[in-house]
Amino acid sequence: MAIIDPRHAAKQLIYERVFRSATLSAAVLVLLILGGVAVSLARGAWPALSHFGLRFVTREIWNPVTDEYGALAPIYGTVVTSVIAMLLAVPAGFGIALFLTELCPPLIKRPIGVAVELLAAVPSIIFGIWGLFVLAPVLQRHVQPWLIAHLGHIPWVGNLFKGPPFGIGILTAGVVLAIMVLPFIAATMRDVFDTVPPMLKESGYGLGATTWEVMWNVVVPHSRVGIVGGIMLGLGRALGETMAVTFVIGNAHRISSSLLAPGTTISSAIANEFTEAVGDLYTSSLIALGLLLFLITFTVIAAAQAMLRRLERRTGSAA
Amino acid sequence: MNRRALRKVKNGVFLLLSLIATLTGLACLAAILWTLVSHGVAGMSWHLFTQMTPPPGGHGGLLNALYGSAVMTLLGILIGSPIGVLAGTYLAEYGRKSRLSTVIRFINDVLLSAPSIIIGLFVYEFVVVRMGHFSAIAGALALAILAIPVTLRTTEDMLNLVPIGMKDSSAALGAYPWRTTLSVLYPAARSGIVTGLLLAIARISGETAPLLFTALNNQFWSTQLNAPMANLPVVIFQFALSPYKDWQDLAWAGALIITLTILTLSISARVLLALLQAERGSGR
Repeated sequence: MAIIDPRHAAKQLIYERVFRSATLSAAVLVLLILGGVAVSLARGAWPALSHFGLRFVTREIWNPVTDEYGALAPIYGTVVTSVIAMLLAVPAGFGIALFLTELCPPLIKRPIGVAVELLAAVPSIIFGIWGLFVLAPVLQRHVQPWLIAHLGHIPWVGNLFKGPPFGIGILTAGVVLAIMVLPFIAATMRDVFDTVPPMLKESGYGLGATTWEVMWNVVVPHSRVGIVGGIMLGLGRALGETMAVTFVIGNAHRISSSLLAPGTTISSAIANEFTEAVGDLYTSSLIALGLLLFLITFTVIAAAQAMLRRLERRTGSAA
Repeated sequence: MNRRALRKVKNGVFLLLSLIATLTGLACLAAILWTLVSHGVAGMSWHLFTQMTPPPGGHGGLLNALYGSAVMTLLGILIGSPIGVLAGTYLAEYGRKSRLSTVIRFINDVLLSAPSIIIGLFVYEFVVVRMGHFSAIAGALALAILAIPVTLRTTEDMLNLVPIGMKDSSAALGAYPWRTTLSVLYPAARSGIVTGLLLAIARISGETAPLLFTALNNQFWSTQLNAPMANLPVVIFQFALSPYKDWQDLAWAGALIITLTILTLSISARVLLALLQAERGSGR
C-alpha cells in the first residue's frame, strides 16, 4: 500500500475526529438549551416562589402597587381559552382530516392540504391583529348577543354567558386559538389516517359499511394513539400561544364566571407586563408564570410526542 | 325509516359536516388574507421603504423595522442553522441508533413546539440581564434557538433519504465519514436542507413574543447590534394597539408585508420539496 501517504491518512483521521465532535457538540447543545431554559427560569422565578410559596398558584390577586402576586387568574385563563379552542378545533380538525383522506377528489387534495398548512405558517401576530379588528367586532355584534339572549338564562350554564358583549375576552381568545391550532390538528390527523393500511378500509367497504362507518369503526380505533397525540400537540400550542391571545384577551387579572368577560393568560400577562415591570418581585413573579407555562406545555408536548412515537413504532414494525 | 336508510342519512350528515369543516378552515385563511390585503394596500407606498417609523400622529415608514427584522432574522439563521445542520448530521450519520440520539430527537421535537415566549424569557435571563440592556444580538440569539429544531429535523430527514448505495460507494473508495458527508451526502440532500432553511426563516421572521424582551424596539435607525433594534413584528404589535390612525395603517401594511414574505417562503419550500420528490421518483 505504497500509494497511501501515512501523513495524509493521519490528517484524514484528525479531520474525522474534528467533524465528529463538531456534530456531537451541536447535538448535545440541543439538550443544553432545554436544560438552560429550565435552570434559568427556575433561578429567575426563585425570589417570587420563595416569597409567596404555594400561595403563588392559589391566589387571584395581582397587584403591582402592593407587590402581591398570585397566578390563579392567568392559569384559569390559559386553561379555559385552551379548552374552548380544543372544543372547537378538534371536531373541525377531524372533519378536515376526514375530508382530505376519504372524500376529497384527488385533483384538489393537494391544494387543500397545502392551504391548510399555509394557515399554520401565518404568524401568530397576524391572527392577533385579525382577531382584534375583524373577528372581535363580528362576535360582539352577532354571536355574543345571541349567546346572552338564548343561553344566558339557563341555570348554571347561563353564568358562562352573562354580562355585556365586550367583543374581546376569554371566548374570543378561545375562538382565535381554535383557528390557529386547527391546521396543526388537521394535518397531524390526516397523516395519522394515512398510516391506516388500505386493506383494513377496503375490508370495511367490502362488508357494505358506509364511509362514515369505515371512518368511525375502522380508521379511528386503528389510529387512536395518533389522534390523541395530535390533539395534545395542538393543546401544547394553544397553551403557550402568546401574541394572538394578547390582542384579544382584554388583560384583566381576575376570574369571571362569564366567558364573555375579559381575562388574562400566562403568556399574555408576560408579554404585556414584562418590559414594564418595575421591582424584582414583579419581574420574578412574571418569570415564575413563565416557569409554570414551561412545565405545563413541556408535560403536554412530551406526552404528545411519546404517543406519536408509539404509533410510529407500531406502524413501522407492521410494514 | 328502516336501518339502511338511517345509516345512509347518518353517513350523509357526517360527510356534510366534514365538508363544512373544510370550507370553514379555508374561509378563515381567505378571510385573513382578504383583511390583510384590503387594509394593507391602503398603507402601501414607497415611504414604507424609505422612511423611519414615525412618532404618534406623524407620517413615516417602516424602514428601520424592516432593516432590523432582516438583520436579526439573518443573524438568527446564521447562528442557528449550522448548529441544526450539524446536529442533524450527528443523528443521521454517527449516532443513528444510540440512546443519546433518541433523547436528542425527543427533546428537539419538544423544542419544536415549545412556546416561543419561553425562549424569549430564557434569553432575557441569560443574555439581557448579564449585558444589562436589551440588544439586537439578544433578539438574534432567541431567533437562532427557534431556528435550530426546524433545521435539525429537516436535515436528519433529508440525509436519511439519500440512497445507502451512495454512502457505501464513498466508504468503499476509502473516504472517512466526514469526507462522505461533505462531498456526497450534503450535495445529494442539498435541496432538502435548503427547504429546512426556508422553513426556519419563515418560522422566525414572524416571531414577536421572543423579541419583546430581547431586542425590544427602537423608534430610530440603528445598526448597532449592541443596542435595542426596531423589528417588524414588535412594531406591528405596538402600532396596531395604538389609537392613532397613521400607526394602525402602518401596522396593517407591515402585517401584509410579513405575511406575503412568509407565505412566499413556505410555498417555495414546498415547491422545492415537490421537485426533489419528482426527481427521486424518476431516478428510480
